Amino acid sequence: MASGSIDPMHQFEIYPIISLQLGSYDISFTNSALFMALSAVLITGFLVYSTRGRALVPGRWQSMAEMSYEMVANLLRDNVGSAGRQYFPFVFTLFMFILFGNVIGLVPGTFTFTSHIAVTFALAIVIFLAVTVIGFVRHGAGFLRLFFPHGAPLWTAVILIPIELVSYLSRPISLSVRLFANMVVGHVLLKVLGGFLIMLGLFGVFVMPVLVSIQALELLVGALQAYVFTILTCIYLHDAIHLH
Amino acid sequence: MPQFDPSTWVSQIFWLVITFGALYFLMAKLALPRLASILEERENRVTGDLEKAERLKQEAEEVLADYQKAIADARASAIAALKESANEISAIGAKRQAEFDAQLADKTQIAEDKINAARIEAMEHIKDVAVEVASAATGKLLGSDVTESKVSKAVDDVLGGKG
Repeated sequence: MASGSIDPMHQFEIYPIISLQLGSYDISFTNSALFMALSAVLITGFLVYSTRGRALVPGRWQSMAEMSYEMVANLLRDNVGSAGRQYFPFVFTLFMFILFGNVIGLVPGTFTFTSHIAVTFALAIVIFLAVTVIGFVRHGAGFLRLFFPHGAPLWTAVILIPIELVSYLSRPISLSVRLFANMVVGHVLLKVLGGFLIMLGLFGVFVMPVLVSIQALELLVGALQAYVFTILTCIYLHDAIHLH
Repeated sequence: MPQFDPSTWVSQIFWLVITFGALYFLMAKLALPRLASILEERENRVTGDLEKAERLKQEAEEVLADYQKAIADARASAIAALKESANEISAIGAKRQAEFDAQLADKTQIAEDKINAARIEAMEHIKDVAVEVASAATGKLLGSDVTESKVSKAVDDVLGGKG
């Protein structure tokens, strides 16, 4: 990190590690792809390695694996009910992928793939489309009742339906922008504070506690945003399955 | 912002699909079934252990009840035996007492008979002595012999019912 010329946006730069071309599309294996792959490998390694003993009384690692499993399972059961069980592998993968992406990104020098709107929006739009398809498959045209609360006076439809429609359609945007913005802001803040600390030289020790606290806060935010992304996915699933 | 550079979007989404898809596959086929089986096994084990503990507790309670019953039985039979032997002892005592009483009564009877006989004998001797003394006294006082039969009669009159 060169002092003096610190660009807080530099950390979001994507550069190819292995250049690849598919037709006219650039599908290079980039630093972003590297950390996605790393997350997937670490998640799998963590869950498989920690449970290798299949211990009846779990150790620390197995306890963590079981806790993550039970946390997501409870989240899904509380929000969707038993009908959501078939989506458990997807929801679990989603949670672990975003959580590891956020947390690994906090290690200095790494890349946070969840700080890119392309990734978060791709996840959000897939969830949005999947939820919409599930809703129509389960309820047919009856899924449209989602846009008009049962029991409301008929004339309110003029107001309620556009509002509900807009709120429904804005789901993928709010879902993706929330994660993306949180990650970007956190990392920019850390970078700016870090640069400030270096510029202060020896007096930087006074900024150090602040930087450490922000780092801890970002760890919390990273875990929390993964949780929020997952719980919102569960709530959308609930809407599609139970219609409010 | 590098985030809004569309040239990297295709690559990001391409690798997102690949890595997420691979992770989904690994989770669904490997990690989650294993975790589920571990948790299920534990739950079964815990339930099984609880049932076993319940069964053992019940068995222990049965054993305790048997033990208490055995103690109560033993106590009851001990009390019965004590009572029986006490009865026996008192029966023997009563029998001996009765035998002794009977013996005592016999001996008393015999003694009384002897006393009576002795008294009667003594009475008879007293009469003879009295007759003799009376006839001697009268002889000396009156100077004449009195017939023995008269004296005897007089003595009889004096002795009266005491004879």
